[in-house]
Amino acid sequence: MASELPTPTEYVVHHLTNLSVGEGVWTFHPDTIVVSLLTGFLFIGVFWAVARKATAGVPGKLQSFVELVVEFIDDQVKGGFHGPRAFVAPLALTIFVWVLLWNLMDLVPVDWVPYFTWKVFGLEYTRIVPSADINAPFGLSISVLLLIIFYGFKGKGLGYLKELVTHPFGSNPLLWIPNLVLNIVELLAKPLSLALRLFGNLYAAELIFVLIALLPAWIQFVPGGAWAVYHILVVPLQAFIFMTLTIVYLSLAYEEH
Amino acid sequence: MEVSLGTLIAQGITFFIFVYVTMKYVWPPIMQAIVDRREKIADGLAAAERGKTELEKAGARVEDLLRDARSQAQEIVEQANRRANSILEEARSEGQKQRDRQLATAQAEIEQEVSKAREELRSQVALIAVAGAERILAREIDAKAHQDLLQQLATEI
Repeated sequence: MASELPTPTEYVVHHLTNLSVGEGVWTFHPDTIVVSLLTGFLFIGVFWAVARKATAGVPGKLQSFVELVVEFIDDQVKGGFHGPRAFVAPLALTIFVWVLLWNLMDLVPVDWVPYFTWKVFGLEYTRIVPSADINAPFGLSISVLLLIIFYGFKGKGLGYLKELVTHPFGSNPLLWIPNLVLNIVELLAKPLSLALRLFGNLYAAELIFVLIALLPAWIQFVPGGAWAVYHILVVPLQAFIFMTLTIVYLSLAYEEH
Repeated sequence: MEVSLGTLIAQGITFFIFVYVTMKYVWPPIMQAIVDRREKIADGLAAAERGKTELEKAGARVEDLLRDARSQAQEIVEQANRRANSILEEARSEGQKQRDRQLATAQAEIEQEVSKAREELRSQVALIAVAGAERILAREIDAKAHQDLLQQLATEI
């Protein structure tokens, strides 16, 4: 939208650039932050409204839907994590619904929001899929990393530190360094794989939507429709994988194995 | 696709706030509602089960009562039949006896009548004989007339 007639390359690059504010590492992406806040408040708002009026009697349709989601998550957590669920289950619910809503933004036609924000607010760039901005998945997965470490100490106390230096090779002092290195790599690989899996999937999906948008207008609905339908599978699947792996990682850190 | 530490941290903070709110205000009431409803449904199902067994028990009791009543009715009918038979038998024998008695009385009476008649007849024959003799004596000897008279006498006896 920046120029009158963008070349295909310019169009694609434009669509994959975030609005940014600030310098260097202290750059903010207001589009990602605002969209993820909006989706987050949508989740909290709807679920909270239902929770406030939740009745054990005959539930409304919305309450049934929310209960369906909650029970589904609760079952997943029950199956994967055997400690107290007071925090882990709501955590899993938040991750699942939030990531799901992020991913759903991918189904909004690629030009609508950028065009609107450009016309109305004069913003040069707008990307509305937070999971396709590497910072959002990493923000989430690094939070999960902190929780993994927290749950390691919570479940095993100082034994968690001991485990870091004595596993997997053995407790010989000579092996402490290799053990520690391996464990740190493993620990860091967790948030990295979590974030990159989500980011990769959604980034690629967004890119394909952008490429489809470059086709002649009269044919776009064919690949666009097909890709969107396929996306109905990808969107919840990626949210589900993110959530399930978080539970698994927390469970591994928390329990003896 | 550049790394933006600001976005990253903002996302993390937001995430924890959302998790906190979810944990505090969203999860417990919904879970409570689910658990309560589960209990309600379980109670309802148990009550239904109880009702069913009670119904079965009541059915069995009804069956028993019906069987009892039926057998009792049967017994009563049999008793009544027996009683009717015995009454009939009694009446029959009483009737027989009465008939015999009446028959005997009637026969005795008839016999009495017959002997009475015979007695009367005998006395009348005597009277007729006397009267015949009187008439013969009054008419004197007439063989042919005698013959007629004697004939008449003979038919009158």
